[in-house]
Amino acid sequence: MAKVLVVTSGKGGVGKTTTTAALGAALAQRGDKVVVVDFDVGLRNLDLVMGAERRVVFDLINVVQGVAKLPQALIKDKRLENLWLLPASQTRDKDALTEEGVGKVISDLRSRFDWVICDSPAGIERGASMAMRFADEAVIVTNPEVSSVRDSDRIIGMLDSKTVRAEKGERVEKHILITRYDASRAARGEMLTIDDILEILATPLLGIIPESQDVLKASNVGTPVTLSNAEGAPARAYIDAARRLCGETIAMQVPTERKGFMDRLLRRRAA
Amino acid sequence: MSMGLLRLLRGNKASAPVARERLQILLAHERGMRGQPDLLGVLREEILAVVSKHVMLDPTKVIVRLERGDEVSTLEVDIEVPNDFERKKVAVG
Repeated sequence: MAKVLVVTSGKGGVGKTTTTAALGAALAQRGDKVVVVDFDVGLRNLDLVMGAERRVVFDLINVVQGVAKLPQALIKDKRLENLWLLPASQTRDKDALTEEGVGKVISDLRSRFDWVICDSPAGIERGASMAMRFADEAVIVTNPEVSSVRDSDRIIGMLDSKTVRAEKGERVEKHILITRYDASRAARGEMLTIDDILEILATPLLGIIPESQDVLKASNVGTPVTLSNAEGAPARAYIDAARRLCGETIAMQVPTERKGFMDRLLRRRAA
Repeated sequence: MSMGLLRLLRGNKASAPVARERLQILLAHERGMRGQPDLLGVLREEILAVVSKHVMLDPTKVIVRLERGDEVSTLEVDIEVPNDFERKKVAVG
């Protein structure tokens, strides 16, 4: 049974595209057939983060408008057998995303894949509402920071009212994924804690991705972080999150500060 | 050494509890407003309709503002009318 998962946040720059690529790769590595779909029409980036930017011929808008057939627009990942990308258009307008057209593409994708992961653009406008419209589940990417939490709350409100499932009286299963978590700043009381965020948003936690250079390095070379440094902390956190999405029960790893007291003292002097 | 003591030695206060409290207050308000019609927009339209029956005015010069205070909130309605508004109305009526 195919699942449509939207990766959303409201706020920009919190890690939606990184998360889409990482979860997509992690699920594909488990053996599931996965497509990641970029809904950021006009500002596509999932192709770049996935390292497929030079292989884009047709895109989501072409398929929505019937210019290209779905198999022509799907790009197969070069590393993972089960992973595919449906890129967004870089030149078209987001108004080209009609509800009817997107609905047809999503239902076609459902018949071909186990997971359809929709990478939402930032904001709450057409691209974002179309990305979540047909979702069964949602990953709400949140940074431990006031504006991100506020926007996540707004997005949760939309998931509960503006999706097909919500309109039918069903639930979209929602998960919070906390990204860019900095354990040392949290320990110093400079950052909202995990408990604060979960209490405020009243939504279960899917995982905590620590702030790490691995993430930037992965996007630099166009490889999902779960593949570029599979042993690194962010990759392990994403792989655990993917396993939780598949229904496994895995103890939550809260990133901890590895530096000792002297390191902190020295760094403080230096700062 | 506990984090609390460490913080005490450094003499700086944690800002995260402030963030948490501000968010809780803000979101309680925003959740209540969700799905409600835009109150200020509705007020502005209706006030404009009533006043326009008697006075010629420029719709862009009608400003409705709501200021929230700790104890009471104030609703401010600011309507700018031309100096000769009475004569114009007579001419129309």
